[in-house]
Amino acid sequence: MLNLVALILLFPLIGSAMNGLFGRRLRKESIGYIACGAIGLSFFISVLVFIGLLLLPPEERIFEKHLFSWIQSGSFNAAVGFQVDPLSSLMILIVTGVGFLIHIYSMGYMHDDKGYHRYFSYLNLFTFSMLLLVLSNNFLLMFVGWEAVGLCSYLLIGFWFEKKSASDAAKKAFVVNRVGDFGFALGIMLIFLTFHSIDFTEVFNAASHGEFAIGNITITLITLLLFMGAAGKSAQIPLYTWLPDAMEGPTPVSALIHAATMVTAGVYMIARCNVLYMLSPFTMTVVASIGATTALFAASIGLMQNDIKRVLAYSTISQLGYMFLACGVGAFTAGIFHLMTHAFFKALLFLGSGSVIHALSGEQDMRKMGGLKNHIPITYKTFLIGTVAIAGIPPFAGFFSKDEILLEAFVRGNVIYWSIGAFAAFLTAFYMFRLLFMTFHGESRVDPHVKEHLHESPRNMTIPLIILAGLSIIGGFWGLPGASALNHFLSPVFGGHGHNEMHGVEAGAHHGIGLPSLMMVVSTLIAIGGIWLAYQMYVKKQELPKKLAERFALPYRILYNKYYVDEIYDAIFVNPVKKISVQLWKKVDAMMIDGSVNGVARFVTGTSNIFRFLQTGYVRNYAFYIVVGCIFILILTTWLNK
Amino acid sequence: MITLTHYLVLSAILFSIGVVGVLIRRNAIVIFMCIELMLNAVNLSFVAFAHYLHSMEGQMFVFFSMTVAAAEATVGLAIIIAIFRNKETVNVDDMNIMKW
Repeated sequence: MLNLVALILLFPLIGSAMNGLFGRRLRKESIGYIACGAIGLSFFISVLVFIGLLLLPPEERIFEKHLFSWIQSGSFNAAVGFQVDPLSSLMILIVTGVGFLIHIYSMGYMHDDKGYHRYFSYLNLFTFSMLLLVLSNNFLLMFVGWEAVGLCSYLLIGFWFEKKSASDAAKKAFVVNRVGDFGFALGIMLIFLTFHSIDFTEVFNAASHGEFAIGNITITLITLLLFMGAAGKSAQIPLYTWLPDAMEGPTPVSALIHAATMVTAGVYMIARCNVLYMLSPFTMTVVASIGATTALFAASIGLMQNDIKRVLAYSTISQLGYMFLACGVGAFTAGIFHLMTHAFFKALLFLGSGSVIHALSGEQDMRKMGGLKNHIPITYKTFLIGTVAIAGIPPFAGFFSKDEILLEAFVRGNVIYWSIGAFAAFLTAFYMFRLLFMTFHGESRVDPHVKEHLHESPRNMTIPLIILAGLSIIGGFWGLPGASALNHFLSPVFGGHGHNEMHGVEAGAHHGIGLPSLMMVVSTLIAIGGIWLAYQMYVKKQELPKKLAERFALPYRILYNKYYVDEIYDAIFVNPVKKISVQLWKKVDAMMIDGSVNGVARFVTGTSNIFRFLQTGYVRNYAFYIVVGCIFILILTTWLNK
Repeated sequence: MITLTHYLVLSAILFSIGVVGVLIRRNAIVIFMCIELMLNAVNLSFVAFAHYLHSMEGQMFVFFSMTVAAAEATVGLAIIIAIFRNKETVNVDDMNIMKW
């Protein structure tokens, strides 16, 4: 069954090509069926591959399929090959599974769009690229997938490119990602220089066999460069600014690419390279600090946003910060666990918000919502489940994964990581319930004109919501603390530090048996506290937020304006670069380059205007020149020979 | 005694006559004949060298150049006829359109 792995990639690629090439002539139903069928088949094969992997004994659960040799130059050898192991099999299940649901949802959501076939072609292409990223068995092929998802993200953010803001957001996402990718590319080159190979197995084997001391400078540099790539793709400080703007794309795209799958690529990459990262304590500290800072920073911005999708975008950044925090303290399993549960509930929340936007004919401002819960009951119920899951209330999925991250941060990291994480969790619970209350509860602030058309979404949109809600409820049980099936499943990949995992648990035991349970109680209380505060402010005393905003005008303004980071970046990077570019264009390009090219042409024209009089048209004259030339050469040679 | 120098001087004189003829005559056919004269002046020096150096190579070259000259005469005459049909003249002063 494992041999089928290439088919997982093939179906989305075929689907993308069919819709891209012939979509214009196909009927809408066929376009949707082709796209969903491709992903559905891909999901089916992924399940088969997953089962095939489970049938193997745990220590043999790594399968490599070499397709062909791609680039061969000297000792450099890049293959096109796929690696199936617990980590990548989990990722393909998430990508194809969540992707399949979002494809179905899109059939309803995008139904009236004139770019229907283009949309599905991009979406399939994205799935293909993401699968390539997670299945590749070497760094270069992974980089290809990495860049391809970036491209698809660009295409889909700018899907409604007639809108200036959408095409600007697409450009921003592409350019900011380029900064990270630059680091990633350098990291790959350094890996090749150090290990003389870019194959995962060879590199990680060499790294784990003690050739490099812990804290080795080269390894530190490599991991930092790779992390730069991860920070760009996974929207961490300082490269997170593109993700909120990416909400200009269609909502299912935000759900699939900018919440559930692509943005987790950075976490996946770090988890994949865990052997390298474990060799560099310094990088681990950087990863954990940036993760924790991002979690808090983005959560605080999320408090004041009024656009329903932007709140979710900042919450995504914040949750990604958690995953990096987990990886940074060495708890890769916890990071991947949160990646998985996050994929479920964040896809659910985005699709739910899409359903709200659909019901309100395109309105995204939460100040113009409210009281929707009776109008769109299915959306409300599923959205509630997603919100509770992300807020971290047991027994929903988000609780277990977030709790595990906080526990690991406390045990392996330090109290600071834990307190930042816990405070961010409080903020998360608060702003998510603020969103829920503002959207679904209270009095309706909906435009009366819009209110007439208020309707629940069609079945192909609500069914994915229900399935995702189910996953958000049960998804956490795979990683129950103490008896974590996920931990056991992933241990071959993170096996190099199985010892370390033990250490974590032992240390926990050392602090007293009650520590994990105590942590659970604390994080539940934190979440309930956040929810209570949101309830007080946005349901009971609705004048309170306004009063607070007036009272704390300065902090409010700073948060509302997202710490002015975009403005600062504009001032420091964007505008100087623009100015320099204008200068380069006007001075160097227009004056020097064009000037010299035109100058050469003018010189040739000018001189030939003089010399063209030699061209009389009489053959006799030409013959005469030849004779004169011959005589001249004769005289010259005789004179030189003397 | 006729030495190599005599032959070479004769050859040079014939060649120069040919060159001057090409440059100053107006009739295309005469110019053409002058070119033949130049060719044959060179042939003469070839043969002279071959004789005095006791080598057959010079004579071989002459055969080649005579062959080429025959071919060239055919083509050249054909061109002149074509021009005459077109312009009704073989005066080279009337042929000055080879310019921009």
